[in-house]
Amino acid sequence: MSMAANQYRTAPAILPAASGIRGVLSDAFWRKPKLLLFLMLLPPVLWLGVVYVGSLFALLLQSFFSIDEYSGLINREFTLKTYGDLLQAANLDIILRTVTMAAAVTLASIVVAFPIAYYAARYAQGRWKALFYLAVMLPLWSSYLVKVYAWKLILAKEGILTWLLAKLNLLWLLDGWLSLPIVGGNSLSVSFTGTFIVFVYVWLPFMILPMQAALERVPGNLIEASSDLGASPRQTFWNVLLPLALPGIVAGSIFTFSLTLGDYIIPQIIGTSRLFIGQAVYSQQGTAGNIPLAAAFAVVPIVIMGIYLWMAKRMGAFDAL
Amino acid sequence: MTSAVSFQKVSRHFGTVRAVDAVDLDIAPGEFFAMLGPSGSGKTTCLRLIAGFEQPTAGSISIFGERAEGVPPYRRNVNTVFQDYALFPHLNILDNVAYGLMVKGVGKAERHKAAEDALALVRLPGYGGRRPGQLSGGQRQRVALARALVNQPKVLLLDEPLGALDLKLRENMQEELKSLQKALGITFIFVTHDQGEALSMADRVAVFNDGKIMQVGTPQDIYERPATRFVADFVGSSNVLPPDFVQRYSGQRRWGSLRPEAIRVGKATRGDGVSARLVSANYLGATTRLALDADGLRLHAVVPAGTKLPEEGEALVLTFNRDQLHLMDEPA
Repeated sequence: MSMAANQYRTAPAILPAASGIRGVLSDAFWRKPKLLLFLMLLPPVLWLGVVYVGSLFALLLQSFFSIDEYSGLINREFTLKTYGDLLQAANLDIILRTVTMAAAVTLASIVVAFPIAYYAARYAQGRWKALFYLAVMLPLWSSYLVKVYAWKLILAKEGILTWLLAKLNLLWLLDGWLSLPIVGGNSLSVSFTGTFIVFVYVWLPFMILPMQAALERVPGNLIEASSDLGASPRQTFWNVLLPLALPGIVAGSIFTFSLTLGDYIIPQIIGTSRLFIGQAVYSQQGTAGNIPLAAAFAVVPIVIMGIYLWMAKRMGAFDAL
Repeated sequence: MTSAVSFQKVSRHFGTVRAVDAVDLDIAPGEFFAMLGPSGSGKTTCLRLIAGFEQPTAGSISIFGERAEGVPPYRRNVNTVFQDYALFPHLNILDNVAYGLMVKGVGKAERHKAAEDALALVRLPGYGGRRPGQLSGGQRQRVALARALVNQPKVLLLDEPLGALDLKLRENMQEELKSLQKALGITFIFVTHDQGEALSMADRVAVFNDGKIMQVGTPQDIYERPATRFVADFVGSSNVLPPDFVQRYSGQRRWGSLRPEAIRVGKATRGDGVSARLVSANYLGATTRLALDADGLRLHAVVPAGTKLPEEGEALVLTFNRDQLHLMDEPA
């Protein structure tokens, strides 16, 4: 009989508890797992509940106050007057402009992200997959402001893009585009097109990653089964791949849509002088000192996102989850 | 007559791996054909070559006389029942079954009617409204079958169709598949690593090893007259006998095989035969399988239940009829 076997035979059937408070605690937590869960969740819930949700609620409350136009003082009585102000033509313009931009940015992100996410999910392996994550995440590592100013230089009239198009004798294309109403302007860096390009660039990783995760979960044999049953690649895309990737697309579009709705820096640096919701909030609570109207503006993206998620659910975007 | 599926010197290489290596194969229309072999033997790759998921590296494949190389899966009138069924999770059962007709542009009412009929055929009428996740493994298997059959394919491919089912269900499905195939008259080709399944269901069996076909024949051919040691070893529990042993009883120096039920086990005192000792006895219900040691050669014998069993280690004498000893083609 070997030593190990001897030791094995003499070991007790039940081991003694670890000494001290640690032994008592780990046994107690094992017997009452919910206690441990409660203790772990308490700090983040307090933080989110009190600091975050609390301040959000305070903000919402402000939107039901109004401002006295002569004294500039806030009248703390509940009224819908501020929401009435929100519906003025100038303000509706801002809302419409922002929502249109957010929708365009989201659609473009979906179109640009899909091939990249598809490649990463279905073909990339090992080193290529690592490279994919690196390439997608790398832009997120540098400062957002640096990137936006870099784009301003790229898109400027004296910028590299104009230079490149001139070299390719394609300047007429750029000029033609810039002479269009709404999307055009003096140069790309002072047009909505420029704002759009930078938005798509900055939010693209937030679309690629959830989309790639969703596509990765689509079993390869479903694609084969579709083809086997007579579906052309096009039919397979519309009937199998897209519906199964939809939760990821919706998750990504929540990012791109809501981030665009709330951003006030990019349209400030690149684009026209016309305001977006974020800028309106910024100027109302800052220079104008109209906190109630700023709060009412801030409610708009929340309501729009609520409607968006409700519609996505109605369309069955989350059925495959 | 034109073959349903014909392989001429078909190879499929993945880099240096020869998954399928110069295979010749002819499968007749209406045949129930099994591809049997261990994992990695090339049987599944052969199936995927017929379905069109793989293209041959060399050789030619024809389906009902028409060349199939370079033809994508969606242009082949061949349907597959996948190993893990591959039902679309976002569609209900009816739309899963109707999928093939939907992509062909058949109208909604007509394709739903056909799907209902197909579900009735696999004995799942009225299940159309459910989701794949709400069905058991056996039911999903039937749905996968209905989804393939509703397209009225010229050839139906089944990849380890019963692999994920438990024993009782598997036996039921074996019988059902067989009667379904008889009724429909469609060529069925199925891949399995289970020799019992292959022998009990198929009209003919091809035994695969290392990307090559070792033997093609009826289940009786394969079981009783294996061509090589590999086939004898893989198909069932035949005893493989070395040339020296075979020479003593047949006069020919060849590898041989002897089925376990052909061996009679007697007490050591009873005259001549192969002397052996009992190593262990495995109770199998209807029979008991004996592991025997004949002078270093491991042999298996099967005795019916109720036979008085010898003791472990007891000296025994084994006898058999010489005509039961099958000589294999494989040279010594």
